Amino acid sequence: MNSRTRNTVLNCLALALLGAFIWWAEGNLDGYKIQVLNLIAVNAILALSLNLIYGFTGMFSLGHAGFMAIGAYTCAILILTPAQKEIMWILEPLIWPLSVIQTPFFVAVAAGGLLAALLGLLIAIPVLRLGGDYLGIATLGFAEIIRVVLTNLDFITNGALGIKGIPAYANLWWNYGWLLLTLFFIIRLVGSNFGNVLKAIRDDEIAAKNMGINTFFFKVVAFTVGAFFAGVGGALMGSLVSTIDPKMFAFTLTFNILMITVAGGLGSITGSLIGSVVITVLLEWLRIVENPLVIGSFEIPGIPGMRMVIFSLALILIILFRSEGIMGMREFSWNRLFGRFSRGGDGA
Amino acid sequence: MSDAILNIENVTMRFGGLTAVREVSMAVPRGSISGLIGPNGAGKTTVFNIITGFYTPTEGAVKFDGQDITGLAPHMVCRAGISRTFQNIRLFTNETVLENVMIGCHVRRKAGWWEAPLGLPRFKREEREIREKSVNLLETLGLARLADERSGGLPYGAQRKLEIARALATDPKFLLLDEPAAGMNPPETRELMAFIRDIREKFKITILLIEHDMKVVMGVCEHIWALDHGVKIAEGDPEAIQSDQKVIVAYLGEEYVKYAEN
Repeated sequence: MNSRTRNTVLNCLALALLGAFIWWAEGNLDGYKIQVLNLIAVNAILALSLNLIYGFTGMFSLGHAGFMAIGAYTCAILILTPAQKEIMWILEPLIWPLSVIQTPFFVAVAAGGLLAALLGLLIAIPVLRLGGDYLGIATLGFAEIIRVVLTNLDFITNGALGIKGIPAYANLWWNYGWLLLTLFFIIRLVGSNFGNVLKAIRDDEIAAKNMGINTFFFKVVAFTVGAFFAGVGGALMGSLVSTIDPKMFAFTLTFNILMITVAGGLGSITGSLIGSVVITVLLEWLRIVENPLVIGSFEIPGIPGMRMVIFSLALILIILFRSEGIMGMREFSWNRLFGRFSRGGDGA
Repeated sequence: MSDAILNIENVTMRFGGLTAVREVSMAVPRGSISGLIGPNGAGKTTVFNIITGFYTPTEGAVKFDGQDITGLAPHMVCRAGISRTFQNIRLFTNETVLENVMIGCHVRRKAGWWEAPLGLPRFKREEREIREKSVNLLETLGLARLADERSGGLPYGAQRKLEIARALATDPKFLLLDEPAAGMNPPETRELMAFIRDIREKFKITILLIEHDMKVVMGVCEHIWALDHGVKIAEGDPEAIQSDQKVIVAYLGEEYVKYAEN
């Protein structure tokens, strides 16, 4: 058996294992644990999309919350029933035809991604002429503009009241299904020579231009594809938490995703997956520090937001002592795993 | 010099009040190894940047193989068949040696990026061809055993060679080398000279190089242009340049020349 067939078999096995795990989890875990598992998948999608933009192509973008908002609102409006919409939009009625459209969940999520991608494209063309920190500031500004626009478009978004009672279609199957789709797309893209081209732009844009790479075009492509999956992640997130409003999509959301991507390793797909597991679980687990704590005769009152303080400290420590993140730029591969056991075996 | 691959016609480049290059004309003979020399700040690298599309000249035109490439974007210049290396090496340091060369192959590919996730046959075939071509190129240039090393960790000489390999991967007709011998010791320099002659034969290309090491310039170049303060002060074969009064003055200063004559 050569290594290629072996890897295909192992990939199928891993998929089957994941399927079996989800099937088991749905029947045996309580709602809270399932919610954490769901969050891991959604965060992984978001981290992967940011990694494509920042980790692989080197564009420091802080606009993720904006793309997520677009995805979440689009999806929510498309999956609500016309009756729900009529009750909920109290400031101004939802404009026709949005008020009567209802689509299947898959179509709604894809539409959320596409609309986010379209917006990403529109933003990319003027903004990607900037580089480095300036790009970060400009994208941050755009995300904020999106949020303000959403707050004021009462006849589409229900303004500051937000949207409640979004059907909770985003179960484990949907979330992990979309995660696999995202993984497949990004692994295929990054693993090809086009991925090398993106990394070339990140490493040395001037040299990349001289090697005949249309750097502007490929930056726009990476940014738009990243925005698409950010929109998908936002759409799933909306259905998962069932309530969205403009305040939810403030800068802290982008910061969380950035933290996962950086902690996992910029330029590593494996890193983004590990990062989303570790950080999502830690963020939940750290809720205990926000509860009142009794040590001996002392009682420390719970301080809301304490876990974010601890998390920011953790991020500072990561950047100080392991700036390349958990995985650096390395990737998991079956070949390397087996190479360790059987050196000089069938090779790559 | 009837058959020139590159014609620079009365090119002037001004940056604000500073004129970096003034009315320079050059006709680089097809198939030659030519040199561009001059003291520091003479405008040599500016000429390279004009040829490769990084600067649009204030006046004048650049014609390559009968095509006007003045003001073309750098990646389009590369597509037209001009490739280069840099004075301070610019490799894609996080990528392996093989990946660096594969990136060079990108400019000739026809598949679009969206074919990668779909896994279309044309895309797969091209991926295979790019990998094979890159491996072959590394073998030809004697870098094959380093293929899986991270390029940023290579020794200096190998990095210089890899930069040339990457430039050759774009299938150029014309190769610009910016100080290829910088930082090399005499044995390495001798090897480099043989290497430059060798790649011209193997890849049937024209080479123009900037170099301060006169042994390299006089040893490999068939035609030389000398610049000083952005102005062309001499051109000719190595013997003519070596005995050219203006070149000697530019390099050694008028004082020294007077002193040497007495």
